Formats: sequence, C-alpha cells, structure tokens
Amino acid sequence: MGNPMKIRASAKDGVTEIKVLMSHEMETGQRKDASGTVIPAWFINEVTAKLDGKTVMQAQWGPSISKNPYLAFKVKGGKAGDKVSVTWVDSKGDTRTDEATVT
Amino acid sequence: MTQAAMERRQVLTFLGALAAAGFVVPRVALANWDKTAFDAKTMDDALKAFGAGAPADSGDVQIIASDIAENGAVVPVQAVSKLPKTERIAILVEKNPNMLAAAFDIGPDTIPEVTARIKMGQTSNVMVLVKADGKFYATAKEIKVTLGGCGG
Repeated sequence: MGNPMKIRASAKDGVTEIKVLMSHEMETGQRKDASGTVIPAWFINEVTAKLDGKTVMQAQWGPSISKNPYLAFKVKGGKAGDKVSVTWVDSKGDTRTDEATVT
Repeated sequence: MTQAAMERRQVLTFLGALAAAGFVVPRVALANWDKTAFDAKTMDDALKAFGAGAPADSGDVQIIASDIAENGAVVPVQAVSKLPKTERIAILVEKNPNMLAAAFDIGPDTIPEVTARIKMGQTSNVMVLVKADGKFYATAKEIKVTLGGCGG
C-alpha cells in the first residue's frame, strides 16, 4: 500500500474533470545506485478510474511516466455528490484505491 | 538434430535472451497490461504491438506541451483527440529506452483529452497515437530537453 492519492473532481456544465496525483517512485529499471547496482524497475502499470461505479478510464503505464504520477481527464456527465474512485496496480502487484466526491 | 530438440533449443535461447534483458520479472498477471507494447524498443515494434501499422498523420490529434522541457523527469503532456469514437490514446517517446509511456482506454462518456507527466531521457519526438473507430491516427512533436530525466 502506497501513500494516499490526491483526487479532485469537479462538475461544471455537464462535464466532470478528474485530476489525480499519485504517490509512487516510478523506478524505471534504468538507474543505478551509488555502488553501480541497477535499481529494479517498480512502477504503476495499471490505473482504473470509476465515476459513480462506472469505469470511465483505464490506463496502462510504462516506466516513462514521471515519479508521483499526475493524470487529468474529463468525463461527460457526473454531478456534485457522485463518487470517484481510482485504483492503481504496480509492477510488484501492490495496489491502492482512493475515493473522492465530485464537487 | 531432431525437430523437437531444435524447437526446445530455440525456446531456451529465447527465454535466456528475455532473462538477460531483464524482461522476466515475476509479476502478477495483468489482464490489460500489454507487455509486448511496453517492451518495444523501436517505434515500428511499438506500433506493431498496437496493431497500428502505419498510422495516418492527423490534424485532429494534438499534443499540447511546451517546446522546451527544462526537467526531463517531469514533462507535462496533454494528448487530445478530436476524432469521433476515440477508443484509445497512447503516448510514445521516440528516444526513450522503452518508447511507450502510456496507453489510455477511453470510455464512451470520456472526453478524449488526457494529461499526464512523462519522463524524457533526451530531446525527442513525442508521438500521440489515437485509435478511433478501428483506425489509427498519430501526430508528433519535438520536445527539447535541457536536463535528462533518466540516470539521475
């Protein structure tokens, strides 16, 4: 379990904008530590976002996504009070889900 | 050498090559994560893994990003598709060790506009590949990197 995600979701004119900031190292597997040993790859590779229980976005990521990944997208529909849930799975099989309410 | 022995040898060589390249990492089986696409080392392989072949250049696919990224570790990129029935948006960085950075499956109610932050090892073309109504479209933009995002 990583640290909590920051999720902001706001509905305006029938469109809900969802912004997610995740907390993850996103290690590429290309870097070496001080002793020259390769630091193994460790990154989020799947992200699923749901609005009001319905999957609206599924992303597959590689190690080229920045550390502490940011993701923003918009969905038609949604209203204040709807639940947004975001789940990520990383390459070690770790997973985390966080929820937020649309404002 | 018998046919079976030859096949076995080929398989072993293949597995060995994969292990040597660090590809065989124990991980939980993922339904959607397309390993072939993410392991692709050339643009052709990456496009092939998507089944894209040669995507058509399209003005309806846009990359919104600054021309110069001061820090290659964090390059904000917005990918926009104005094509109807957009199903998938992928972001690829031509000169990264693994080209494919991200692929987004767009639901029917989702507006095909995604923003993410990517790493770039060096100045490179960044390509946005869009699958809309079964066809592939792409557009590319060069982003100059003054400080690389890998190896630091």
